[in-house]
Amino acid sequence: MPVNYYIFLSLALFCIGIVGVLTRRNAIIIFMCIELMLNAVNLMLVAFSKMHHLKNAAINASAGSEGQVFVFFIMVVAAAEVSVGLAIIVMMYRNIHSVDINFLNRLKH
Amino acid sequence: MIVVLLILIPLLSGLVTFFLKGGNSAKTCALISSLLTLGVSISGLTIFNNADLLLFKADWLPGLGSTFSIRLDGMGQLLCLLTAVSFPLIFVATWRHEYKNAHNFFALMLLSQAGLMGVFLAMDALVFYFFWELALIPVYFLCSIWGGEKRIQATFKFFIYTFIGSVLMLVGLIYLQSQTESKSFDITAFYALNISHNSQSWIFLLMFVAFAIKMPVFPLHTWQPDTYEQAPTATTMVLNGIMAKMGVFAVIRWLLPVLPFASFAYGETTVTVLAVIGMIYASLLAIRQDDMKRLIAYSSIAHIGLMVIAIFAETTISLQGVMIQMFNHGINIIGLWIIVEIIERKYGTRKMSELGGLAQKAPVMAMLFVIIALANIALPLTNSFVGEFMMFSGIFSSPLFQYELIIVPAAGLCIILAAVYVLKMVQKVLYGNTILLTEMATDIRLNEKVVLGIIVMLIIVAGVYPQPFLDLTKDTTNFILKESNVIHLLKK
Amino acid sequence: MINELHFSWLVPFFPLIGFLIIGLGRKFLPKPLTGFIGSGVVFLSFLVSLWIFFSVKNGNNYTADYFNFISVDKLIIPFSFQIDALSSLFLLIITGVGFLIHVYSASYMHHESKEHFARYFSYLNLFVFFMLLLVMGSNFVILFIGWEGVGLCSYLLIGYWFKNTEYNYAARKAFIMNRIGDLAFLIAIFWIIAKVGSVNFSDVFATESLHRFSSTDITVITLLLFVGATGKSAQIPLFTWLPDAMAGPTPVSALIHAATMVTAGIYMIARSNVLYSMAPVTQNVVAIIGLATAILAATIALKQNDIKKILAYSTISQLGYMFLALGVGAYSAAVFHVMTHAFFKALLFLGSGSVIHAMSGEQDIRNMGGLSKKIKITYFTFLIGCIAIAGIPPFSGFFSKDAILLSVFEKNPVLYGIALFGALLTAFYMFRLLFITFSGSFRGSAEQKNHLHESPSVMIIPLVILAVLSIIGGFVGLPEVFMQGGDKISAFLSPVIAEHSESTVSHSTEYLLMGLSTFLVIAAIVFAWLKFKNYQRSETQGFGKILENKWYVDELYDKIIVNPLNKLAGFLNSVFEKFIIDGIVNGVGKAVQYSSRQLRLMQSGQVGSYILLMVLSMLLFFVFQFFLRK
Repeated sequence: MPVNYYIFLSLALFCIGIVGVLTRRNAIIIFMCIELMLNAVNLMLVAFSKMHHLKNAAINASAGSEGQVFVFFIMVVAAAEVSVGLAIIVMMYRNIHSVDINFLNRLKH
Repeated sequence: MIVVLLILIPLLSGLVTFFLKGGNSAKTCALISSLLTLGVSISGLTIFNNADLLLFKADWLPGLGSTFSIRLDGMGQLLCLLTAVSFPLIFVATWRHEYKNAHNFFALMLLSQAGLMGVFLAMDALVFYFFWELALIPVYFLCSIWGGEKRIQATFKFFIYTFIGSVLMLVGLIYLQSQTESKSFDITAFYALNISHNSQSWIFLLMFVAFAIKMPVFPLHTWQPDTYEQAPTATTMVLNGIMAKMGVFAVIRWLLPVLPFASFAYGETTVTVLAVIGMIYASLLAIRQDDMKRLIAYSSIAHIGLMVIAIFAETTISLQGVMIQMFNHGINIIGLWIIVEIIERKYGTRKMSELGGLAQKAPVMAMLFVIIALANIALPLTNSFVGEFMMFSGIFSSPLFQYELIIVPAAGLCIILAAVYVLKMVQKVLYGNTILLTEMATDIRLNEKVVLGIIVMLIIVAGVYPQPFLDLTKDTTNFILKESNVIHLLKK
Repeated sequence: MINELHFSWLVPFFPLIGFLIIGLGRKFLPKPLTGFIGSGVVFLSFLVSLWIFFSVKNGNNYTADYFNFISVDKLIIPFSFQIDALSSLFLLIITGVGFLIHVYSASYMHHESKEHFARYFSYLNLFVFFMLLLVMGSNFVILFIGWEGVGLCSYLLIGYWFKNTEYNYAARKAFIMNRIGDLAFLIAIFWIIAKVGSVNFSDVFATESLHRFSSTDITVITLLLFVGATGKSAQIPLFTWLPDAMAGPTPVSALIHAATMVTAGIYMIARSNVLYSMAPVTQNVVAIIGLATAILAATIALKQNDIKKILAYSTISQLGYMFLALGVGAYSAAVFHVMTHAFFKALLFLGSGSVIHAMSGEQDIRNMGGLSKKIKITYFTFLIGCIAIAGIPPFSGFFSKDAILLSVFEKNPVLYGIALFGALLTAFYMFRLLFITFSGSFRGSAEQKNHLHESPSVMIIPLVILAVLSIIGGFVGLPEVFMQGGDKISAFLSPVIAEHSESTVSHSTEYLLMGLSTFLVIAAIVFAWLKFKNYQRSETQGFGKILENKWYVDELYDKIIVNPLNKLAGFLNSVFEKFIIDGIVNGVGKAVQYSSRQLRLMQSGQVGSYILLMVLSMLLFFVFQFFLRK
């Protein structure tokens, strides 16, 4: 299967993520969209690492594993991020009874 | 080791003074330390005058190609002597001035002295930059804490100006370092540089602006009268007497030999035109000032302008003239500032229109004031005459200049204008009848007499027998001229 | 073998010591002692000068290097003295006349308090020191040191009564006008250094270095030196300071502003006569300026009423004659006139001091009159001075003026005619002064009349000595027609001053010229007697008014130089500096403030907008990366 399919899929996922982040005001949905973008990147990394090292795979079983390792990194970071981020959102909800980011313009003042 | 002491004594005693309690102990500590420094400086000129003692090298930032290398050469000797002589004079002359938090004041003054010594000693560009800033930063605090009414405004202006200058200089130095073969900040590496004329010219502009702000050269001078006016007079003495020479000194050591072609190209055109305009402009402005501090500030711009032209004339006689004049001008101008300080402290004003008739009430001060004022207008047998004569003569016979017939008379106008404003000041302050303010005036005290007496002696000795000073700077001059000789370089 | 002139450094040394002793001891020394030390040191110098003079007369010369003042690269400026005919003659004049004036001063200034008395004498001694330095220096720089030094002393002494604001302005004016000349002098020195690489007279005037000058060089250098001389010797255009300088005490006017300092310009040009002889253009300029000054000052003197101002203008006029002589190449005649002028002008000034003393400080001659009966000795000596300056044989002024006029006649009869006219004016205004002051009836207040008295003998003796000198001083320069070898002064100066003394004028013409000038001068005196023997006060009108106001030269200078400069300085100070230069600096600051205020608005606090910006910028980077990079 050519790599193009993966690229388009991940591009589509990434764009959905961006549009979601830009347009939605609900913090949780924005959060989900960020996760979506991260996963789009993950998909990309996996696909590239597989396709790019196709030739070497016959000789060396672990060829292209760097890309796969990166994915694990991102997943770990994302997990950490979710735990912190969700905690922040919970705190925010407790304080202002809303998860609408438009209320979060304290920096301006 | 002498050189290390020159920096260490003021630095350590400055740090100690921070923690002293009470004004008097701080004052005493500062005075003792500055006298020690003077002793070291004189011993460096006389008994310990050999090359090993006057050199110090240590690792500093090897990763950046910078070593802590300091050395006393002839020009450095002269300027370190100026610094070392000035501080005790300043401390004694302002002995009666009461400062709030005196320990901080004197500590900052001493730190500034350490920085100045470092600037004059540094043989490594990064060390030079480091001390340049070390000398300036205490001055910001001195001005903004102990200054006059508009001190914050003036200091802010001063800070912005000098900071821009320092940053430009740093950019220039880093570029130069990247061009050296060994990626080193060492001065010998800089002197060995061979940069294309194009890059020379923009680096020259960067660095000259930095030094020109410090001197200052027209039109970068507007920080100066404000700062001199607002700073506490003791600080102004340091600023004008010594720090203004930092710029001149830096041009001689870090610009002329490093960027010879640009110095040649800009020397007679941009630089000289600005300097001549600045000289006449500042002299004219000085005539109109009523505040003694501002008058002296503008007169200083005019005097420095001549030094700048003389540097770029690049003849032995003009360059030696500049070096001796740096010393002489420092001494004279500190003398004038001391007079201003005395007058302001006694009568509460520096405005000439509010003074008059002091010669009747304070004849000793009048006599000393007149002599110092005359030295400031370069009367023969005072020290400035030697310097100005040599500078003018060098400019006139410079092989690099084509328009000396215009430059010399135009710059010479300032000799006449200097007489106008200095004599005006003398007349308004000393002569005429006493007015209400000066009716009860008394003569100056012993400590002031001693300080001004020493200054007058230096003025006359250096004016009658300047040869030892000239011999001191001979080797430096020849070395710098050799490094910056364009014709010689072209042949190579 | 040690040269017997080895001790000539003593000449300036004594006054310097006197200056130091009096200056430092001004609080302790009693007045008589101060006066004694002040005059004594000058007398000692005079004795040494006499010795030097006779030694030089026997053909001795001396140059001594004491130390190197400045020695840089190839330029060596030694601090050295040179004794030759010219300097020894000036030494005699300075110390001789100087001594008499010191003695006179001790009495004239007796009413001053102790400290001010000492201040006065210390300045006077310092002046003598610098003046001696000026004439003894063996190079242009030492000459210049003395040159500015005497200018300084002149400044200090003009402003001696420093409580008076007007006197202070006069002092400042003198110093600044001198500085203008000094600048030209300095530039000339730089020019010489650039061409020859030395400032020593012996090097500069040597034949091989003269070859290094182009004719333009010579002309410009000599012109610049001459501008320097016009400052110090009060010639057009820099003469206006000298009349104002009369603000100083009268003995000061006699010493500095008549006998010695103002002749420094003549000394300098006579010293550089080698250069001047090579520059005919400059010579013409010198002659014309000198003559113009002589006439201009003489016309102004016709209508002045201040006794000292008349003498001041007379000094300017006589200096003009000396420059005329220099211009026509008669250097020794100029120096001769310097000498005789020193005698009779010092006499006249001291005499006027005696008059002022008698009149309790009155200087306006309109308030005098009939003084000849009250102060006889002063009157007689003053009369002698007037006769001498008018140029009636056998008084000294006649011989020196005749020497000048004769040289001018040889060169150009037209100039001679004008110069002769000037001599007429001189006789007229001097005798106007004499008659208004001393004859007729007394016009002052009754109080002044009661107070009229002859001066003490300490003041009279110098007057008498100077009067005798004014009578016999001319005999050292008898014209050749009177006596073969009578012109001893030219012969004495001939080692220094090379001039061709071959007279082209026949003896009969020479006698005729002398007769003519004597006759005209006597006629002028008679005219003055008729007009002023019974002077009555009257308002001057028309042309006289212009003369009384000194041709409005001061006002002109104020209008075209001083005021515009002041206005320019004021404009620069209050407009240019504040609004343009500082304006640019502050403008930069304001621009930064303004733009940051605008940019601040972008920080809306909306997370969404931040993210949008982020995305857009990232997109921008991608676009750059993919499409714009090569």
